[in-house]
Amino acid sequence: MKFIQKFFEDTKPYVQKGAKYHWLHSVHDGMFTLFFVQKNTSKSGSHIHDYIDLKRTMGIVVLALIPALLMGMYNTGYQHFAAIGELANTNFWEVFFYGFLRVVPFILVSYIVGLGIEFVFAQMRGHEIQEGFLVSGMLIPLIMPINTPLWMVAISTAFAVVFVKEVFGGTGMNIWNPALVARAFLFFAYPSQMSGDSVWVSLGGQKAIDGFSGATPMAQAAAGHPNIDIWNSFIGLIPGSIGETSTLAILIGAVILIMTGIGSWKIIFSTFAGGAVMGLILTAFAGNNAYMALPFWEHFIIGGFAFGAVFMATDPVSGTQTERGKWIYGFLIGILAILIRVVNPAYPEGMMLAILLMNTFAPLIDHYIVEGSIKKRLKRAKVNA
Amino acid sequence: MQVSKTKIAKRFIIFYFWLPLILTIRGNTMSKVINLKRGFNIRLKGEAEKNLGTSTDTDKVALKPTDFPGLVPKLLVKAGQVVKAGEPIFFDKYNSEVFFTAPTSGEVLEINRGERRKVLEVIIKADGKNESVSFPKSDPKNLSAEEIKEQLLKSGLWSFIKQRPYGSLAKPSQTPKHIFVSCFDSAPLAPDYEFVFNGQTALLQTGVNALAKLTGGKVHLGIRPEQANGVFSGLKNVEINQFSGAHPAGNVGIQIHQISPINKGEVVWTITPQGLIYIGKLFETGKVDFTKIVALTGSEVKSPKYIKTYHGANLENILKGATQKAGSERIISGNVLTGTKVPADNYLGFFDSQITVIPEGDEYEFMGWADPGFNKFSPGSTFFGKLFPKKAYILNANLHGGERAFVLSGQYEKYVPMDILPVYLLKAILANDIDKMEQLGIYEIIEEDLALCEYACTSKVKVQEIVRQGLDLMMKELG
Repeated sequence: MKFIQKFFEDTKPYVQKGAKYHWLHSVHDGMFTLFFVQKNTSKSGSHIHDYIDLKRTMGIVVLALIPALLMGMYNTGYQHFAAIGELANTNFWEVFFYGFLRVVPFILVSYIVGLGIEFVFAQMRGHEIQEGFLVSGMLIPLIMPINTPLWMVAISTAFAVVFVKEVFGGTGMNIWNPALVARAFLFFAYPSQMSGDSVWVSLGGQKAIDGFSGATPMAQAAAGHPNIDIWNSFIGLIPGSIGETSTLAILIGAVILIMTGIGSWKIIFSTFAGGAVMGLILTAFAGNNAYMALPFWEHFIIGGFAFGAVFMATDPVSGTQTERGKWIYGFLIGILAILIRVVNPAYPEGMMLAILLMNTFAPLIDHYIVEGSIKKRLKRAKVNA
Repeated sequence: MQVSKTKIAKRFIIFYFWLPLILTIRGNTMSKVINLKRGFNIRLKGEAEKNLGTSTDTDKVALKPTDFPGLVPKLLVKAGQVVKAGEPIFFDKYNSEVFFTAPTSGEVLEINRGERRKVLEVIIKADGKNESVSFPKSDPKNLSAEEIKEQLLKSGLWSFIKQRPYGSLAKPSQTPKHIFVSCFDSAPLAPDYEFVFNGQTALLQTGVNALAKLTGGKVHLGIRPEQANGVFSGLKNVEINQFSGAHPAGNVGIQIHQISPINKGEVVWTITPQGLIYIGKLFETGKVDFTKIVALTGSEVKSPKYIKTYHGANLENILKGATQKAGSERIISGNVLTGTKVPADNYLGFFDSQITVIPEGDEYEFMGWADPGFNKFSPGSTFFGKLFPKKAYILNANLHGGERAFVLSGQYEKYVPMDILPVYLLKAILANDIDKMEQLGIYEIIEEDLALCEYACTSKVKVQEIVRQGLDLMMKELG
């Protein structure tokens, strides 16, 4: 590893301010810090610092996303071969490999576009490259329907990175979750390509068998004919966005996030609690409405509810930052997601909008928690006086 | 063998009646234990062994005005002047009654200045006799508050009293709500006060008696439940509070917050047990004696131990041959969380009773962020080392990552056993918003109270520097 270190050290003078290749400064710095934790030591305050840094934190979130990604790849292949009626004639690896080839370009496009913009902004501002996009870049492909054209992925990624993150000042400053905004951008800008029954299953130019619909369980439910295969929905063998179909894989990710303490268990738990409460309320008033009568736990295994609760709502930057606020924030996401799903059939998936809405209100929730703390202190002073 | 029924009955009574009764009575005579759930103990290698090493000759001692935030020293001595212990060396420009006096007798060797002639150190070459200026000898119980104040100011012992808010020098014109003394240090590798002050209860008592006259309230001592039969537990004229829990339970600021939190406009004073000892000696003997026991600690020290030396002692003699010299090392006057980095030929800080030597760690680590970390110690749960805990670890001064904006939430709260929102307070400081700082509790903290947050911070935010910036602003604007 010495030679890599030597390479970076030797090239460092050439990217310093005023040197010929200064425009490569951020790239050099980004790659150097990726390969080597720097030798900088504490200059003030505490002499020791924990080993954790933002790279590791983000790395763990990406790790937690891997099960969902792998299941998404397999499911892409599974849906393809099921649609063309060849499932019985293909083995596991063929199925997975088909999905792998279809999904990898999404990931590449998302990272190349997103990181490219990050590098440019870091260079313009003279910052270090920030790690936030490591996660966003993985989240974006996972919430896309498989038939989304790659140029749309590129545009939405660019939109999200520039207008949601960089204009606010980069990682840690954004108001909304960039990945969700990328999805929302496509949803509203290209509605015909982002919904309907033809976008969820990759046919790969082949002809579907007779009777193939390609509709997601959510779309079926929204149309008033809930037809949920519980086991397949849990495992993830249903049409849907790439990474959100497998509740099982998402649960593995949730376990990783909670065990490492990177994701807030309070938000995850209260989101599911909110969803359960709203589900129960709707069921109580269901009458003849089949979607309202859907038991709350079936809501959790279809669509993006679980994925949103585990990976989107727990974004520490766009969510609430006070511990008490996290309970309220998560709970309201759960309530709103199910409410939008069932009551507003124009948006089959309520999770995206629920989280974005609560992102918007997160600072307000925090504001009241902070005000509470301030009032408590004032009251204490008055009692003493 | 048969056990008679009466015997069984007796045993029954002993077990179920007397034992609980005895325990309850014992429990009631003790003060209540305040159990602090938040906090964290950093398990560092290099704890001082509890025996007093042979004392090294202290050839030089120094007073460092930089140990006091906001102090502007006005010098009273010149190089070459011969002084006795307790003779004034400088005073604070903005607090002109408060003298800082020589820690031992000898000759003023030099006055080191930094940028813009700022006084860094006044160095005194010790003559080894430790002769003191004579002060009146008397029992503080028979003295008035004014007389006690005067003696403390003249002898230089006033400088050991700090005030909250701000952690600055106490103002002689004020009367504090209470005076707080933390009788244990919970910081990593900190000296054990039960060992250091063993057998000095009488001196502590005299010190307490003197200070008790200066407050309208009480003198509060904070001890651990384990110290219930120790050096401090027998002290009279005080209120003893017990604190259990990890660091920062021993920080006096945390204890104040639990007992009687500081509201706007209120002032409390704090002093260390070492300060009480010096004051006790002054009134009992009429002399100042600035000898103290210091813990020499850290993974780079060959045999960590306690040593007897002077307040402000030169570190060169103490450290000579004492460290491993394995690589570049960092010498800290104080502990790893709040201490000051000093060169090897520098001096012990005014309030420090600990020297820590750790590896500097100025090396690259290949893909360190992706390391599973089976051997790494961390307060978080992202390293496998958590599953295989060791007793003690070597930690170096590397930052282990780049500085970032605040990204994660809920991280700091775990390490601050106070009803405070640390990140919001820090953001208010960064925004120079005085009203918000006040509302969010800036009066209740100083740097050391949030030091653990800085250690644990993923974004490597310079927490203590920000806190000091806020305190300085408050001092400047509100006085």
